[in-house]
Parts: sequence; structure tokens; C-alpha cells
Amino acid sequence: MQYWHFSECAYPDLPDPRTYDSIRVSLPNGVLDTGRAAALWDRYLREWQVADEYGLNVMVNEHHATATCMTSAAPVIAGVLARATRNARILLLGNPLANRADPVRVAEEMALVDLLSHGRLDVGFVRGVQYEVAATNSRPVRMTERLWEAVELITRAWSTHDGPFNWEGEFFHHRQVNIWPRPHQQPTPPVWVTAGSPGSTVPIADHGYRLATFLAGFEGTRKIFQAYRDRCAETGKPAPEDDRFGYAALTYTGKTDAEGMAGARKLLWYLQSNKVAKEFTFPPGYLPYQVRAAALRGPQAATPGAPATSPLPDLTAMSVEDLIEQGIVFAGSPQTVAGQIERFHRHVGGVGHLLLMGQAGHLGHQEAVDGIKRFAEDVTPLLDRVTDRVPR
Amino acid sequence: MQTLDLVDALDGVEFGHGVHLDAQLAGDGDRVALVLPGAERARENSAFVAALAADHSVVLPSHPGFGRSPRPGWCSSVADLADIYLDWLERAGLTGVTLVGLQFGGWVALEIAVRKPARISRLVLVDSVGVKVGGPLDRDIVDIFATPRAELERRLYADPAFRLGDLALAAEDDVLELARNEEALATYGWEPYLHDPRLAHAIGRIAVPTTVVWGGRDGIVTPEYGRAIAARIPGARFERIEQAGHRAQVERPDEVAKVISALAA
Repeated sequence: MQYWHFSECAYPDLPDPRTYDSIRVSLPNGVLDTGRAAALWDRYLREWQVADEYGLNVMVNEHHATATCMTSAAPVIAGVLARATRNARILLLGNPLANRADPVRVAEEMALVDLLSHGRLDVGFVRGVQYEVAATNSRPVRMTERLWEAVELITRAWSTHDGPFNWEGEFFHHRQVNIWPRPHQQPTPPVWVTAGSPGSTVPIADHGYRLATFLAGFEGTRKIFQAYRDRCAETGKPAPEDDRFGYAALTYTGKTDAEGMAGARKLLWYLQSNKVAKEFTFPPGYLPYQVRAAALRGPQAATPGAPATSPLPDLTAMSVEDLIEQGIVFAGSPQTVAGQIERFHRHVGGVGHLLLMGQAGHLGHQEAVDGIKRFAEDVTPLLDRVTDRVPR
Repeated sequence: MQTLDLVDALDGVEFGHGVHLDAQLAGDGDRVALVLPGAERARENSAFVAALAADHSVVLPSHPGFGRSPRPGWCSSVADLADIYLDWLERAGLTGVTLVGLQFGGWVALEIAVRKPARISRLVLVDSVGVKVGGPLDRDIVDIFATPRAELERRLYADPAFRLGDLALAAEDDVLELARNEEALATYGWEPYLHDPRLAHAIGRIAVPTTVVWGGRDGIVTPEYGRAIAARIPGARFERIEQAGHRAQVERPDEVAKVISALAA
């Protein structure tokens, strides 16, 4: 198994949530103190360096117009990590392609980071969460179709080396695609795509890309991974190895169970701070209209909502114990955490990559570093005995 | 999960390009009014259709993607909608038609009118969108997709009696239609937002007599915006209906119908 330290790099010093309607899109950025933000970036980058020093990989994502995530341009941070880490693989999960106007620019950014890191980049592609439709002015209809057209264009841009090619698709137009520089890894860096439901795994399996799920828990993840495996079987492909599958969970490892649980409780800020106004949570077209209609008939007030990628609607109300039971959180002593992950690994039919959200909200720098080190030193050796080794 | 029961080739009205739409047909007058609706629910226009039918043959389709009308994949722009209705005018062989565009339908009507079709003899716009009149920092049209529902309804309707209110208590079909209409609006009008930059100039070509009708309390596009559109169309008249919001024909159906009926009297 491979392990990836991940943080959304929040700006957590916010006013009372009762004073604003939405932590995303409309919370004025005047709330942010620039000195504090710069200091937070110093420590978040240092935490990724610690992960690297202790043999873990690193992962970044991006969000827009939100205090929950200061990584507003993941390629920039990935470029920093290319130089600030030495051995870690760097997973950018992901580029929100349905929100990006120019896929060729994405291909260029990723190729550049891959070179800067001497071929240590893994590239993730995601559609983009619904709150960001407003923040990026992205048309919310047919985003999945835009995502896949962009994936085709980007991977072709990486792997075409005999001069310009033409692309006049439904959504994107380029008549002279010939990116310089090209990526270090040929034909392409490893590609990951996220799925939140079994149905969306089909094109991922057909391309042989890595599949990741976020906070889908035991049952959700098992179904999604199984759909990918079933698709491979249906199409006559060999059964996929564990390294095709990644899972993201909130994770904190303490010396003792009590310390691990205390750390995990602080991570729950990530779930509980996500207060989003309804108009930004349910833009028309992002969901089938009948699903959106049902949501519009639900409670009107802005309330903390589960992150968009999880199929569990009531995450925010759950205790750490419940979340562990669901496979959303791994927490406790090293022995306990290893046991939880081993159980998860078996339940979902094998998972090769754990994406560990090891920092969120008000979890302090030293606490985050302690959790990362303890996981690397004390959990991974236990897991290596029970799971297949996945090459870096 | 419940969905709306869409019309098909058997029970829809064929308009053009093989597109079958749900449509309200009323009246048997010699004067024909083709009424292009906005994102209101189809039933909300019933009183207006009835009032106008007193002296017109009225045809009011739900656009592809709205209400119970299916949307073919190729139909994704206001220009596509204009083509469909121009085809229908051709097929029906009608002349002297009054083209009435309500809100979003006003944009479609403008797109038709700038092509100077011979079958249209007059144009009526009611609280229309479709034209950019201000600068980049001016929000000419309220961002309905970023507006909380209660505020949106206040902006749409001056009279609270017309608002759906708490959607949890609204009829399921009404919320389904609202959701489907908003998705269609996003399909046709997300960016540029509910307008076509060409039209600010192109509407100067409109050659038929034009009347611009506006709800005095329209909270989506102000009466000043309406006057700016009227000012760009040669000879256009502007009529303000005081006690109405954005959907003036829903709140004041008789008054709006009277303005239209008076045009040819």
C-alpha cells in the first residue's frame, strides 16, 4: 500500500458561523489576515516535507472562493512541492477540468510540474464540486462530458511528440497543440479520476486509470470499487491490481487510542465547518433535475453539509466513533489504526492507496506532524505485513 | 424518483426540425399571437393566455427543456430556439403574427426579430432579458442562480400570493417544473449570462412596431433596463405596469393582454 499525506490547507480563523450565510463563494476575503495566511502556508508546506522525510507521499487538491481550502491553484503548490520534497510522489487530485477553460494549459502545467519533480507527479482529474460552479462561473450542465473531453485532449497533448495536432471538439478548440516542455514520465504521468457513484467508474475503468473515492465509507467504497472491477471483467480486461484503487479518509494516529481520537475530533472541523448556502450547493444542471427538486424541498436554511464527494448525507452530525464505524475516519493508537485500515482493505476487496487527510481546521502544526510521523513509523510496518506492496 | 411526464411525437405539437413541444393553444381570432414564455411554470400563464385569446388565436409552447417539452441534444442555444419557431411560422403559413416574448422568451423573440422575418408584423416584449446595456461591473440582470430562494421570489413577484413560498410545502410537480426550467435556463443562458452580446447592436435592425411592457416592481431586470432596450429599438414604445414584478403577465394578465390587443385595434 502507498500512503499520501493530504491537507486542504484551511484558513480556520473565522468569525462565528451565525454571522455569515456561506463559508464558500460569498464569505468576503477581507476576513483573511494576510500575515496569518502566509504563516499557515509555511506550516502546511512543512507538514508535507515531514511526510516526505518519513517516507510518505504527498497529495494536494484545490478549491475556489472558500476558507476551507487555501489551495486555490493546486498546480502552484504542486510546483512548490516538486522542489520542497525529495522522494515523495506528488498527487494532484485533482484538476477540476469542467471548471477549467483551457485543458491545454492544464496539460502544460502538469508537464512542467512533472519535470520540476523529475517524474514524481501523479495527475488527478475531477469534475469540480458543485459549490464551485458559482466561484468559477462554470456552466453546471454537462460537466461530466466536458471533463472527459478535456481528459482526452490533455492526455493526447502529453503523448503527441511529432508536432501540432488539431482539436475541434464539442467544448474545446485548439488548432495547434504541441506543448513544450512535455512531461518527464512517458507516455503520461499516472492518471487518477475520482468517482462518487458506481455508474461513474465506467470510463475510468475503460481507460485503465486509477480510481479514487473520498469519504465514501465501507459500503460506498466497496460498491464503487466493485463497479470498476465488474467493468474490467465485462470488457475482457485483466482483474485490476490494488494499485488502481485509492481511498481518502480523515486519519489521526496517537500514542494511545485516546490521543488518536482527540486528534481525529479536531479533524472533524473539515466536515462541520462546511456551511454553504443552498443556492451554491444545488446549482441547476449539476444534478438531475428531479434530484435537485427533492433537495430544494429539503430544509431551506444554510447548514453545514457533508463534503460533496461523500454519499453519506449526515456526516456532519456523526461522532468520531460513528465515523470510524463507517470507515470515514481512521483514528487511535498505531495498532488500532492499522486494524481499522486492514478491515477496510479487506472489506472493499483491496485498496492500494490511502489518501490520509492528516490535518484540518485547528489541528496544530506539532499535532499534525506527530500524527504523520507516528503513522509513518508505527502504522505502515503493520500494514505492510497484511496488504500487498504497491510500487511507488 | 418522480419526474415530469414529457410530451412526445404523439401528444406534442410539432414546431420544426422534428421538435415536438408541449403547447397551450387557445382562441380562434384571425389575429395570431405566438407567445414565447420565460422560466415560469406553464400553468402560471393560463390566465394571460385566456385573456389574450379573447381576440387572438394564441400559441404558447414550452421551449425545449422547459416544462413538459423534451430537449433534443443539439438544441442548446437561443439561436436554436429561434430557428424552431421560424420553422413553425413557415409551416403554418401565417402572416401578420404578433410575436410576444415573456422574460427569457423576450430574448428568443429578439433573436427572431433581428432576422426580420416577413411573417411577423409586431413585437411585444414583457420584462425581457437578452441584451447587455451596462458595463462589465453592471449587473444588468440579477444573478438568479446565486440568489436565495425567498429573495428570488420577492424579485419575481410583487404580490406574495403568486410566490411558491416554502418549497417543502409546495406541490411536488411545481418544484419539479421549477427545477427543470432552471436547468434549461442554465443550458441556454449561463454564459454570457442571459444575454447575447450581439443583440445590443443588432436590435437596432428591428423593423416591426415594438412595444416594451414592464412590471414596475420587476426585481430581476429594472424598468430602467427595459427603457434602455426600448431606446435601442427604432420607434419602440414603453409601457409600465405598476403593480407587477418580473413576471408581469402572471400577476397582471388582463392588463398585459389589453396592451397587446390595443396594438392592432
